[in-house]
Formats: sequence, C-alpha cells, structure tokens
Amino acid sequence: MSGVLDPRTSPPFPIVAKTMLGDSQLRKNVRHATDVIQTKRARVVGEMPDWQALREAGRQIRSHTMENLDFYLEELERNCTRAGGVVHWARDAEEARQIVVALVKESGSDEVIKIKSMTTEEIHLNPALEAAGIHPYETDLAELIIQLGEDWPSHIVVPALHKNRQQIREIFQKKMNLPELGERPQDLADAARMFLREKFLRVKTGLSGANFLIAETGGVCIIESEGNGRMCLTLPETLITVAGIDKVLPRYQDLEVVLQLVPRSATGERMNPYNSIWTGVNAKDGPRNFHVVLMDNARTEILADEEARQTLNCVRCGACQNACPVYRQTGGHAYGSVYAGPIGAILTPQLQEMHHAQSLPYASSLCGACYEVCPVKINIPEVLIHLRNKVVEQKGVSAEALAMKMMGMVFMSERRFRAAQRMGRMAEVPLVRKDGQGVGWIGWLPGMLGGWTQVRDLQEMPKETFRDWWEKRGKDGK
Amino acid sequence: MRVSLFITCYNDTLFPETGKAVVRVLERLGHTVEFPSGQTCCGQMHWNTGYQAEALPLVARFVEQFRNAEAVVVPSSSCVAMMRDHYPKMAAELKDERLMAEVEALLPRVFEFSEFLTKRLGLEDVGAYYPHRVTYHASCHGLRNLELGDGPMRLLRAVRGIELVPLEGLEQCCGFGGTFAVKNADVSSAMLAEKTTAVLNTDAEACTACDNSCLMHIQGGLHRQRTGVKTVHLAEILAGDEVGR
Amino acid sequence: MASEVMASSAKAEILRRIRAANGRASSLDAGGVEAEWTSVEREYRRGTSREREAVLELLEDRLRDYDAHVVRVANTGVAATVAKILSGRGKKRMVVPEGVAAEWLPAGFEFVMDAGLSATELDGFDGVMTGSTLAIAETGTVVLQNVAGQGRRAVTLVPDYHLCVVRVQDVVETVPEAMARLQQTAGLTTTFFSGPSATADIEMTRIKGVHGPRFLDVVLVA
Repeated sequence: MSGVLDPRTSPPFPIVAKTMLGDSQLRKNVRHATDVIQTKRARVVGEMPDWQALREAGRQIRSHTMENLDFYLEELERNCTRAGGVVHWARDAEEARQIVVALVKESGSDEVIKIKSMTTEEIHLNPALEAAGIHPYETDLAELIIQLGEDWPSHIVVPALHKNRQQIREIFQKKMNLPELGERPQDLADAARMFLREKFLRVKTGLSGANFLIAETGGVCIIESEGNGRMCLTLPETLITVAGIDKVLPRYQDLEVVLQLVPRSATGERMNPYNSIWTGVNAKDGPRNFHVVLMDNARTEILADEEARQTLNCVRCGACQNACPVYRQTGGHAYGSVYAGPIGAILTPQLQEMHHAQSLPYASSLCGACYEVCPVKINIPEVLIHLRNKVVEQKGVSAEALAMKMMGMVFMSERRFRAAQRMGRMAEVPLVRKDGQGVGWIGWLPGMLGGWTQVRDLQEMPKETFRDWWEKRGKDGK
Repeated sequence: MRVSLFITCYNDTLFPETGKAVVRVLERLGHTVEFPSGQTCCGQMHWNTGYQAEALPLVARFVEQFRNAEAVVVPSSSCVAMMRDHYPKMAAELKDERLMAEVEALLPRVFEFSEFLTKRLGLEDVGAYYPHRVTYHASCHGLRNLELGDGPMRLLRAVRGIELVPLEGLEQCCGFGGTFAVKNADVSSAMLAEKTTAVLNTDAEACTACDNSCLMHIQGGLHRQRTGVKTVHLAEILAGDEVGR
Repeated sequence: MASEVMASSAKAEILRRIRAANGRASSLDAGGVEAEWTSVEREYRRGTSREREAVLELLEDRLRDYDAHVVRVANTGVAATVAKILSGRGKKRMVVPEGVAAEWLPAGFEFVMDAGLSATELDGFDGVMTGSTLAIAETGTVVLQNVAGQGRRAVTLVPDYHLCVVRVQDVVETVPEAMARLQQTAGLTTTFFSGPSATADIEMTRIKGVHGPRFLDVVLVA
C-alpha cells in the first residue's frame, strides 16, 4: 500500500486538491456518485413531513449525550458487562491498537474479518495487525476494492466512490485471479461474494466498528447494506467492536430518531437493507466472546471546546460530503484523512490537536450546504470559522496577519477608510489595462492575490465611491 | 419610511452603482434614504478568515451608526448573514451587556435589500422596466442563511420587459467564499468554471444576484473568457425604468 | 495484572477528562440525567396517520420498491401459498428455526429444523423460512428477533433465499411505533432487514445481493 491517509504527513489541502483537479476520471466518478446520492436523498427526505423535527430531536439527543457522556459510558459498561461482554478503555490510538492486537491473539486466530469501521481506519489498525502477523480482510465491497487496489478510502459511506466499474474490474481481475470477469456491477458484486464467502465461513475472529452504543441496554447497533456486517457480527467465535466514546446513545428508544435520520441522509434509502442490534453474548446466537473497545483519542479535547464540541454529534452519514461543492471537485483524498469533506475539515484538525492540519479549516467557501443537510444540525461553517481563529492565533505574525490588522484599523475610522479607498485607486493604476469598450481591467495581481487572476479578471475601481457621490448629491440640493 | 442605507465596504468602494440603484428604488417608492457617514465594514472578511480580534470592535461601530434607524437596508446578503448569525455571540464574547441588548434590538430592523422589499414592505412590483434577457444566481448566504426563498425571483418576474431564464445549478456556490478564492484558488476556479458554463448556457445578456461579491467573482470569470455577458446587482435591475434608461 | 491496572487507569483518565470538559466534578445522578433526557423535544410523528388498509398497502409497496416479492393471503392459505412460491422458485430443501408454525409448512418439501447447524451446513440449503416480530410500512422493513419461529441470526443470513411470513397485526406504520413495541425485548438480538441484501458501492448502482440473502419473498398473513 502506498501508505495510509495520515494528516501528520499529508501535504496541505490546496496542494493535493490541485493534483486531484487534474484527474478528470476521478472527478467524473465523484461527480456522478455524489449527484446520484444527493438526488436520492432529496427524494426520501422530501417524503418526511417531520424531517426538521427529527433533525432537532437528533441534535438535542446528541448534545444531551455529550453533556452526560461520563454517565452514559459507565451505564453502557455496566449493562454490556452484565450481558457477558467485556469493555476496554483506550486513551489514544496506540492504546487501542495494543488492546485489539492482544485480543485477536488471545482469540487464537491470525486472521480477522472486518466490517467497515472508520474508527479502525482513523487509528491505522490494519498496519498494526499486519505487523503482529494478523491478516485483516475487509469485507465491505468498497473497502475490499480499496484494500485490494492498495488505495485509500475517499468517502465515509461509499469509500470507493472515486473508482468506476472498469477500474474495479481491473483490480478484481488481478487480485482475485479472474481474467474473464465482466464489468457489470452485478458481475463484480458476485465476484466479491465468492471471494469473501469462504472467509466468512472460516475465519474465527471478527472486528467491527459501531454506529451506536446503547447505554440503557449495553447493546450495539450497526447499520449496513450488504450483509457482510451480519456475517462478521454473527459467524465468528470472537467479536471485537472498536468505537469512539462519542458513539453512545442514551436509550434504546433514541434509535427511533437516528434510524430515521441516518439511512435517508447517508444513502438516500428509507431504511438501509440491514440493521443489527445485539447485547453482550448469547449462548445460542453469535460469538461466544464479545469485546468493546471504547476509545477517546482526542474526543475529550473536542468536548472541552465549547464552540467546537458539536463536532462530536456527527453520526458519520456523509451527507455533508455529497452536498459540499469543494468535495465534489476534489474527492476525499485531498483532505489527507479518512474523514473527508466538511466534517473532515473540522474533525481532523481537532483530532490532531490543531497540528499538521491547518489548511483544512480553509478548505470551504462557507456556502452552508453541509449544515443544511446535516441530520443532527452540526453548524459546520460556524465550527470552521472557530477553527480558523485558532489557526490564526497559533500562527502569530505573518504577512496576512499584518494586512488584516491594518485593514482592521482602517475600518475603525471613516477618515482612514476614505484614505484607503483613494490609495487603492492609485495603487491599482499600473495594473489596469483598458478593454475595447474603454473599461479598465486587472488581469494580473501580485503575491497571494495572484490566485484570483489565475482565471479571473478584476474590474478597475470606479472613479467615485458611493459616499463621494452621496455627498456631492447632498450639496447639489437633491 | 426613513430608511438607513448600509452600503457595505466593498459596494462603497467597488460597486457604487448598486448603492445609487438602491437609493433610486427606495425614493421612487416614496421613502427617505439616510446614509450615516461613519459606516465602514460589518467585519465579515475578518471574522470568516479567523481574525476575530479585528472583527469584534466593528460590532459596536455598526450599532453606533445605526442604533436609531427605523430600518437598515443592506444590498448584500452575506453582510446581513454576518450580522444576524454572528453579532449576538460576538457581543456576548465581548461581555458587553449593553451592546448585547442593542444588537438584539437592532437586528430585527436590518434587512437585505430584496428582503426589505418583499418581507418588510410586502412588495413584488416596484415599477421597474428592464428589457433584457437575465438569469438569476442564488447566493449561498441569501439562500441558506437569510432564507430569501423565491423573494428575489418574485421581484424579477414583476419587472416589465425582462426575459428571465432559469440557471442550472442555481443553488450551487460560485466558489467565491471570500479569502477562499485566493487560499484555494484552484478549487475555487473549478467551481467558478461550472457556474460560468451554466450562465453561458442560458444565453442571458446578464447574470444577477443579491450579492456583488458573487457577481464580482462570476464577472471576473466571464470577462476573462471574453464572453460579453455582464453581471448586474438585483437593485440595478429594479432601478431601471422607462424614463431612466 | 499490569494490563488490568492500565485498563482501570485508562477508564479513570477518560472519565476525568470528560468531567473536566463538561465542567463537572462528577456525573449527574440518574434522576438528573433522566430529567434532562425527558426534556428532549420529540415533535416528530410517533403514531400512525393512515387507515389500516393503507398501512398494509404502503408496506407492500415499499417492500416491492426494494425488490422483494410480496403476497397477501388469508390465515388459512399460508401453506398453499408457500408451496406455490417454493415450487415457482424451484426450492426443495429449506431450513426453518425451531418454533415455526407447523400449519405454515406445506407437504412435498423438505423442512429441516435448525439445531445449531454450522455455517457451512446452512450454506447448503436452498433457503430459509421464518416468521417475524414486526414490520414497518413506511420504510419497508421487517424485524426479526431471536425467538421461536425466527431463530438465531445465522439462519436467516447464510442461505441465499429467505421466505418470511409477516402477520398483519404485527405491521406498524412508522419507526417510532416499531421501537415502542420492541422496547420490552430490547436485549434480544434483533435484525432489521429492508429488502434483500444490496449494495450501491459500484457507481451508485443498486445491486441486489452481496452477502445476505439475495432473494426475498414476504407472505403477509391477514
């Protein structure tokens, strides 16, 4: 694999974005996929007369959970333990990886079947398993495409949406040794079924993420489509679930809200094909050993930030990615993290203590499309602006900061503002070229502002400001 | 009504015609326009780029200029969104209770221009004449933050002589986003390319919106491609009449 | 021993961090949390708004939308309908969970009771036939639990074909009504399925069936 998506080593967003913009096939694939999901989402959301009430309830449930997170985590642990599960706590990624590797070894297996889990991607679990001599098999069709293609996920819900059927066929032909494989989606899905079924029936240890952990019952809920999740959750002898501490839901009843919000937002389905809910272990149904790893990994730092803590309310539906005009141009890899798109732009820097990820809060035009579709009403633009402020404070003195400071002073005085308007008119003179109609245009700007004139002109400043006109008009007696 | 105009810093400097048009429309409707001369900027650029310290004092400055206004009209949806969405918490951040109270009292009287006409005055036909083929772009802040809905379109439909053509991807961001256009110039350009293509596909003579910031961006792209299609603020269309032009 | 110390200190540390972030020395008591949870505004629809027959039609419609085949029959006609469906699909050897109603099973087919069959053995059947706990009309969803007549999860997962019997009295219109009914048995393993297994991972084209049953018939019993 050409590495993992790691915000600590990934180049800044604008640099990777530029490369992605040059990949017309990728852009076409991303555009097609996001268009399809958006259209489906709009249709099934439109069917719900109480959608806004559901969003509001979702927001309140998630906020309430975060305010009482310690209570609910302890309640979850008690109930899960009572039902025969074992709960583990991990302060950070390293601790989580150690716990999981030790549990897999304890299970006596050197293979694990995995149902897609963003959390295990976040902590780069697969390389750690491989280093310990354990082979992980991704079983979600998209994750399988990524794993066999030695690629990176680019979307929370549809991680391989940047690949089209021809590209997927090539990967499968090579890695599954199926030279005759057709390129109809049905052919490709059948190949994945054949390839994985043997593993489902054989491998004794399963590894999953969680959509929700239910404090009231100690249960876990997983939402999926293909049935690979059910295979991993049901057939192995040992099941290990890795989840961020933010995944808790207070009550079983709260599922009535999230099970309406998530499927419609994520894939545009009224309900996704499968939801599994299980609690601890059941002597006659499913794994005999069940472990839950509750991981912090900087989530408590996000919780401590009054203005950014709503980030934790995220239910990982990916709706913001599909709606985002920036994501739709670049796809997910530009974000340098498994969490791409608007939610990634706010989550990733915070998971990294604001290091290594400074360009992400600026990877947005603040158009607000993400907020509009978020099923739990996370005000992503507001958090982006808050994080930009943190970046500015961290960066200290810079040319941009000096210019901003100066502009700030200008706006605090009418006299200085007028002087700046005059100065602007003088400063632009050497840059202005007249066009055929005698209108002046600027086609080149220096320094940072040069980004503007790459593809855009700028009309010269008018000779008279509005306030000059207004004053003259007053004097003229009108 | 006595209407106070907040022209905004960039309209004042770069788009005075928009301000003149607002004055013409409001006076034609029988209102008195005032222009508090100490006004400068709402603080949006600083706030959105992360320079909160520079943005905060501009809240008090705005309140000082407009606290006695009967209604404040602003020909920029993003500036109104800035005030509505952020001023209350900015005042709270300053821990200035008087300012918090004043912001709360003033904001309900602050209107984006089209919003003032449709929602405050309940008008659709403002007696305009504009014999051109026009397409309308819904700016993000007007659409999502101010929820202008079809207000601007209703105003346009009532204009005599106008030929309105729908814009594909009407609700898609043009890619401006303030400093985004410079910090992420490549992505912004790609977004702009889609918008200018959509505009050109309409065969319109002009593209209009409630925000000169979006229009400056779209215009920059259209002019670079030497398309001859111009951009014009909604106020300038509504100001047109059979006497004037 | 050492790892236990580490584990308990990790838990203590995480709880401490949460309390510091929330500005509280300790968590609220159960009563306080309960009061807060109760105050969550739930203005969404929580009951039915349609006539009974309309709810059933909605369920049929939504199931078909997901590529399931649906038949409605009278209580006495289940076995005959099952026979017709199975013959039509060419299915002969079916696995059934313990407790499935004997009167639903027609003669002329082999029905094998699941008594802890291995996954590989389950893989060898033509299909599985079960009852169900409830169905949600608005979303086209059927809910199974680990009870008599529905069985353990593997039984309805490994075979490639599922014939599911839903009784009309178990049909609700909305998700909240379903969760209210399930509340009493919240601890049971529970599976919601909405149509056959599907994926849209390849160019967002919905493909029927990857790992779960690819073919689904629902018999709705009046």
